[in-house]
Amino acid sequence: MTALIAAENVSRILPGPQPVALVREVSLAVRPGEFVAVTGPSGSGKSSLLYLLGLLDRPTEGRILLEGKDTARMSDDALAAARLARLGFVFQFHFLLPEFTTLDNVLIPMRRLGRLSEREQQTRAKALLEALGLADAAGKYPEQLSGGMRQRVAIARALANDPAVILADEPTGNLDTKNASAVFDIFAALVGSGGRSVVVVTHDQELAARATRQVRLVDGRITYDSAAAVA
Amino acid sequence: MSLTLAIALGHLRRRKRQTIVSLLGVALGVGFFIAIAALMRGFQTYFVQQVIDVAPHVVMKDEFRSPDLQPAELAFAGGAVAVRGVRPREAVRGIREAGAKIEAIEAIRGVAVAPVLRGPVLFRYGARDVAVSLAGIDPVRERRVTNIEKDMTAGRLEDLRATANGVIVGIGVAQRLGASVGDTVIAVAPSGVTTSFRIVGLIETGVTALDEREAYVLLRLAQVILDRPNVINQIRIRLDDVRQAEPLARRLEAVFGYRTESWEESNRNVLALFVIQNAIMFSVVGAILLVAAFGIYTIISQVVHEKARDIAILKSLGFRAGDIQAIFLLEGAIVGLAGAVVGWAVGYGLIEVLAQIRFQSAGGPLRGREGFILAREAWTYLAGGGFALAAAMVAAFVPARKASRLNPVEIVRGAA
Repeated sequence: MTALIAAENVSRILPGPQPVALVREVSLAVRPGEFVAVTGPSGSGKSSLLYLLGLLDRPTEGRILLEGKDTARMSDDALAAARLARLGFVFQFHFLLPEFTTLDNVLIPMRRLGRLSEREQQTRAKALLEALGLADAAGKYPEQLSGGMRQRVAIARALANDPAVILADEPTGNLDTKNASAVFDIFAALVGSGGRSVVVVTHDQELAARATRQVRLVDGRITYDSAAAVA
Repeated sequence: MSLTLAIALGHLRRRKRQTIVSLLGVALGVGFFIAIAALMRGFQTYFVQQVIDVAPHVVMKDEFRSPDLQPAELAFAGGAVAVRGVRPREAVRGIREAGAKIEAIEAIRGVAVAPVLRGPVLFRYGARDVAVSLAGIDPVRERRVTNIEKDMTAGRLEDLRATANGVIVGIGVAQRLGASVGDTVIAVAPSGVTTSFRIVGLIETGVTALDEREAYVLLRLAQVILDRPNVINQIRIRLDDVRQAEPLARRLEAVFGYRTESWEESNRNVLALFVIQNAIMFSVVGAILLVAAFGIYTIISQVVHEKARDIAILKSLGFRAGDIQAIFLLEGAIVGLAGAVVGWAVGYGLIEVLAQIRFQSAGGPLRGREGFILAREAWTYLAGGGFALAAAMVAAFVPARKASRLNPVEIVRGAA
C-alpha cells in the first residue's frame, strides 16, 4: 500500500558558520489509517520532522513523497496547493484568526480551495463543529472560547478540506489533562473512521502510548519505531 | 465577499484610528489637488481665453527671422563664411504683393484674414503728447479677425467710415490725453505729416498695455499719414480652431518667408509661467500624498508585524505567497480608494467654498470679475483618485512583499 507521506533518508541542516542538523537521515512512511506519535526530548528534531512531512519546509537531503509523488521538484505554490487539499495542521498555539468567528475560521480553507459550493461549505463547517462538540460556539469569536475549545476549532479547521493526513505539533501543550485526553480521543476517532492518518508530535509519553505507532527521535535520528520493532 | 477582502477588512477594522488618519491624509491630498487645480486651471483657461480673444490668432509681419543671405555666404555655402551685423536694406518695408497673399490665405478653410498697416504716431491734445501705435484697418475685415467691436465702450466701428478722419483709441490713450469722444487730436507721424483726428470711439480690452497704446483708423488714412501708400505691414488671421494657430503660422512662414507669429508664440512667456505654476501645484500635492503614503506604509507594516502568526497559519493552511501579498496590497488599495472618495468630497466642498468668496479684482484681464474663476473639470477628480490609489499601492507593496516572504516555520516554532 502506498504511504500517504514518506520521508526517504531525509536530513535538514540549518546553514551557517556552524551548520546545525535538525533532522538526520530519517526514513518514515505514514500509511493510511495510522496514528503515529513522535516523541523525544526537546530539541530532538521532532517538530522539524513534522514541518518536513507537512511540506512547510524543504529537506536539505533526501526526499519527501506525498502519495507517491516526489515533492522536491514542486514549486512553492504547488506545495501550498498540496497542503491546502491534502494536509491539515494543528499547532500548540491555536492560530485562529481573531477577526473571524469560529464558523468563519473553519470556512477559510474551504473558501480558499473552492471545491464545494458556498452552501455545502456552510453545511460541512457546521457538521465539523458539531462533531467536535462546538455547535454552540459557531458564532463566537476565538477570544470568547476556552483553550480546549479553541484547539478543537483548530482541529475542525484542519479537517475542513477532508485531508489525507493531519499533522499536529504538540497539540496538547497548552491544555490540561482532561482537554488533552479529549484531543487524543478525537485523533483516535479520525483514524478509526477511514483511510486518514494522523501524525502527532508530543512529549507526553502517556498520550503517545494511545497511538497505533510510536516513533522516538533523539538528536534528529529515529531511535525507536514500533512498526519496525514488530516487523 | 471574497476571502482576501474579508481578511483585509478584518485587519483594518482592528486598527480603526490609524486607518482613519491615513485615509484622511490621502483625502486631504486629493481634495487639495482638486481645489487647487480648479483654481489654477480656471484662471489659466480664462487668461488664455482673454489673450486669444483680444488679439488675432496669427499675425504675419513684414519682418524676417534671419537676415537675407549675403553674396559671400552664397558663394561659400556650408558655413565656411559667416557674416555678422548686416545692416537692413533701405527698401520700402511692408508685405509685398499683400493682396495676392491675403487671397491665398483666405482660401484656407476656417480662416478669416485682415490687412493692417501699423506705425508709430504721436497724438497731441493741448499740451499733452502720447505715443501710440496707429493701426490702419479695414473695418469689415477687422471685425472678423479681432473682438474689437466687443471691447468698444463708446462709439461704433462703422463710425470710422462715417466720420472724416475718425479714430478709435484705447481707453488709456484717451485718459492720458485727457480727451474723450468728439474731441479732435493732432497726429504727428515720423514722416512729418500732421493730421487732425476726431475721436469716434473708445476701446477697453482689459489689457493695460494695449489700452494705453492702441489707436485705429481706416487703412487708407493710415497709409497717408504714415506716408506708405498702398502698403500694409501685417496680415492678421483668425481661425475657427485656435489649436491650428501654431501649425498654420509655421506653414505660412515656410511658404511666404515673413515672420509669422501664433498667439502661442506671442504669449510664450505667460504660457511658460503656467507650466511652472502647474509644476508647483503638482509638487505640493505630491508632497501631501507622499506623507499620506508613509502613513499607509506604517499601518500595513505594523499589521504585517502584528499578524505574523495569522500569516504563518494561512500559509500552512495552503495560502500561496501571492495570496498573502494580495491581502496586504488590497489593504493599501482600500485605504487609497476610500481616501480618494473622501478626497473627492473634500475637493468638491473646497471648490464650493472658494466659489462663495467675493472680492473686487484690481483690473487687468480679470476686470469685472468678482471672486475666483474655477474650472470644474472631471479629469482632476480622476487624476487625484489615480494618484492616491497609486501612492497607496506603492506604499503597501514593500510590507506586502515582506509578508508574502514570511517563513511560517520560524513563526510556528516560536509561538508556543
